[in-house]
Amino acid sequence: MVTFQFVPFHDIDGLSSAKRINKLLNIVKEDKIVIMEGRLRREEEADLIEITMEEIGPKFKGVELSVIYPDKNKQDLKQRVKGTFANILLGDRQGMTIIGPASIVNKIEKNPDKIELFTKESTKRYRAKPKKKR
Amino acid sequence: MVKSFFRNILSRFKFNPFARKSHVKLGLYGPPNGGKSTLANRICQDWLGEDMSTVSHVAHETREINIKEQVSIKNKKGKELTFSLVDTPGIATKIDYEDFLKKGMNKNAAKTRAKEATKGVIDAIKWLDNMDSVVVVLDSTKDPYSQVNITIIGNLQARNIPVLIAANKMDLKKSNMDVIKAAFPQYEVVGISAKYGKNVEDFYEQLFKLAK
Repeated sequence: MVTFQFVPFHDIDGLSSAKRINKLLNIVKEDKIVIMEGRLRREEEADLIEITMEEIGPKFKGVELSVIYPDKNKQDLKQRVKGTFANILLGDRQGMTIIGPASIVNKIEKNPDKIELFTKESTKRYRAKPKKKR
Repeated sequence: MVKSFFRNILSRFKFNPFARKSHVKLGLYGPPNGGKSTLANRICQDWLGEDMSTVSHVAHETREINIKEQVSIKNKKGKELTFSLVDTPGIATKIDYEDFLKKGMNKNAAKTRAKEATKGVIDAIKWLDNMDSVVVVLDSTKDPYSQVNITIIGNLQARNIPVLIAANKMDLKKSNMDVIKAAFPQYEVVGISAKYGKNVEDFYEQLFKLAK
């Protein structure tokens, strides 16, 4: 069984970068897949990788991470202005971030507007699929 | 951080003292097994006649920052560019020693390699602030939309560090330059084969533009 935990933006909005990252990593370390509203700042994404590396050990192998964010090049002027105002008023809660434990999530593929999440079990089953008999 | 802060402020006033340096720190960044060390060796072989790093088909062969000082390259017009070449460990979000066991390593060697690799990733990220220009080396046979690639490039952009993307392994059939260009349309992408030296002349020309 795979457990997803939703983290709304307001749960991390007031937190410092370090606390945000710790909150997310603590959920992941409980073998849950985080679905977070919005995204981390770019520097925070790098910090997340750094802290993940520091915490890798016998029980924790790291994370799989993916972010879906609206492509600003594909947005018209009206959408861009709306997005900018929304960011100023409410924080950057556009998009979605998925973080899963590497022991459960094999890979996350983004192409580029859809996300496919492959768990270790599903990948094994996919590989073990018997060939069709002629 | 302080350096990048001042670099950002000065660039707003169209004044960038780093751009005038004839001697820059050029970093090679990217995910593991993209060919950073192979490219570092190619550059050093072409201009210094020696190798810089060891390469392997097993991921995380480079686990420490390697620096080659005073690499001078010349372009067709005779212009010279001198830089310190910094080969960095591949950046990853997960490292499992069991992956190294599958490559035939014994348990102790695999665990040591994994531990060193995690430290290497941390060092590579910390060194981002020291770079003047960066070549992001991507395996052109693989999906470029991985979050590691996006995080590396996003962090370079946030620090206002000029970026060139080297789409490596273009000698392989699966190589797809167009996907990389589509993934990062705001950056110059040059297709190369670091292993066989394919299109490296173009790559060197792009380095001059990068260091301007």
